[in-house]
Amino acid sequence: MNFKRKAFTAMAVASVLTLGLLGCGNDSSAPANSQALKGTITSSGSSALLPLAKDAAAEFKKKHPDVSIVLNGGGSGTGLKQVSDGTVNIGNSDVPAETKLSKEKAAELVDHKVAIVTVATVANKDVAKAVPNLTKQQLIDIFTGKVTNWKDVGGPDQNVVLVTRPTTSGTRALFSEFALDKNQEASNKSLETDDSGALIQSIANTPGAIGYVALPYLLNNSSVTAISIDGVAPTLENSYNGSYKVWGFEHMYTKGQPDALQKAYLDFIMSDEYGKKLEAQGYGVASKVKQ
Amino acid sequence: MNIESTLRADRIWRNVIRGAGLFLLIITAAIGIFLLYRGTGTFTIYGHSLSEFLFSTQWQPADTLAGGGHVGAGIYIVGSLITCALALLMATPVSIALAIYMAEITPSVGRRFWQPVIEIFVGIPSIIYGWLGLTILVPFLQKYTTADSGFSVLAASIVLAIMIFPTITSVTMNAINSVPKTYRQGAYGLGATRWEVIYKIVLPVAKHGILAGVVLGLARAFGEALAVAMVIGKMKAFPKSLLDPTVNLTSAIAADMGGTMEGSEYNMALWTMALFLFVISLLFILLIRYITSKGGNLSESK
Repeated sequence: MNFKRKAFTAMAVASVLTLGLLGCGNDSSAPANSQALKGTITSSGSSALLPLAKDAAAEFKKKHPDVSIVLNGGGSGTGLKQVSDGTVNIGNSDVPAETKLSKEKAAELVDHKVAIVTVATVANKDVAKAVPNLTKQQLIDIFTGKVTNWKDVGGPDQNVVLVTRPTTSGTRALFSEFALDKNQEASNKSLETDDSGALIQSIANTPGAIGYVALPYLLNNSSVTAISIDGVAPTLENSYNGSYKVWGFEHMYTKGQPDALQKAYLDFIMSDEYGKKLEAQGYGVASKVKQ
Repeated sequence: MNIESTLRADRIWRNVIRGAGLFLLIITAAIGIFLLYRGTGTFTIYGHSLSEFLFSTQWQPADTLAGGGHVGAGIYIVGSLITCALALLMATPVSIALAIYMAEITPSVGRRFWQPVIEIFVGIPSIIYGWLGLTILVPFLQKYTTADSGFSVLAASIVLAIMIFPTITSVTMNAINSVPKTYRQGAYGLGATRWEVIYKIVLPVAKHGILAGVVLGLARAFGEALAVAMVIGKMKAFPKSLLDPTVNLTSAIAADMGGTMEGSEYNMALWTMALFLFVISLLFILLIRYITSKGGNLSESK
């Protein structure tokens, strides 16, 4: 009996240990070293910022092979909460920390504006041919569900199909704040898509569809047409010179001032050298904005 | 000596198996406890009532730790119920007919050819059904019906129906196959036709097994997230017709969980949805157990 119990305990312990080891497979932390850049940066947050962070991390690692950068998504809120808790070194966010965290917690974080992202209104090609431009009021009327047919804004007799993003999306937050003047979208009249790629496909396939995506998604995509607001096209140049309003900063937050390694990584992303790569991906360089 | 070591091996392996079983039990219990802990946060931390969650249609949870939003999941729950009911309505008659055909009318081809085919269907990942729905069904509905976009209750139900029909078919087929041969022989001996044998003997005897298959299909449909999310349109409104889009529980969880902040009201409300799904699927499982235990004496009478 005693032996049986012991053997059982041993088995249980062994199985738990095995599982534990499996779980720790990708933990590759190295001790920080002050001479050469060495060590680990952990980062989580905005999924919109993730592709950029991944690319920047890969480029950074080419220069500093001893640095390892662990990147995770999870959304802006998660990134902010984790950097505030000290779970990660850098929290990526589409929105300012104050919108998600309490005032005291947000004050502990240091904001690094690494890029800007411009949000473009896009529509199905058939409609966009007839309506290449909308005034801001028309745009608000369409997204709040007041205008339900394209003929009311000078287009063909075709029902408006709203295609939007979830309320937790950073793109939606930007669009609603700057394009719709904080009016809320009519969520009971809009189709919702999880990610911008699927949104573009829905709009391309659905006559009368209108929605919005971040500029990087439009870079190599001609299946939908971008629509100007008040005659201003959604481009990086127009965002830089201030004529196009629907854009926002992409933030990387650290708790307190970043250490040497984190600072090197953040400086690299904001450098002129990497700035060219940023623009090639459709993001904007934060320092080029005239404010 | 030899016997001694054999006995020891026996003991060791018995404990290995016992450990594996216990481990599984612990995991299941842990999931339940975790869901209960997270899912009740909406009520205990943010002070919403259960009736608000179940019956209100105002869904505006705040993605902050302060809370103060609304967590009415009525539209989501109705969306799940409607799509599942419709899917069941479409899949059940076809599945039962197919099972009868395979088991009774062409038993040899059925067992050697149709059964493996159906089992392959069961194993197809749901994303493939969703993808087919998105690229074929949705554009088709958009083009040939009055639907604005094609994303609709109908599209979601059809995709679900196609997904659950193999489950219902194979369970029904097993139920029919387990009806003792002597019953059929007896009926034929009394001069019954094949239709009479199927209708009056086989189906009534296999009734419990068939019902269990239907409930199993329903459980799969209720918990399915990916395929439905791709074609339902996720519009937060009650559908007025089959061609209107709506939203359901699983697609809301799948779409928004990643974007919410850990521990926020929005996050907790989604966990509550998950808990609700968990409770529903537990109920389904209890229902299956109840149904099959009623028909359980079948194998003994063989």
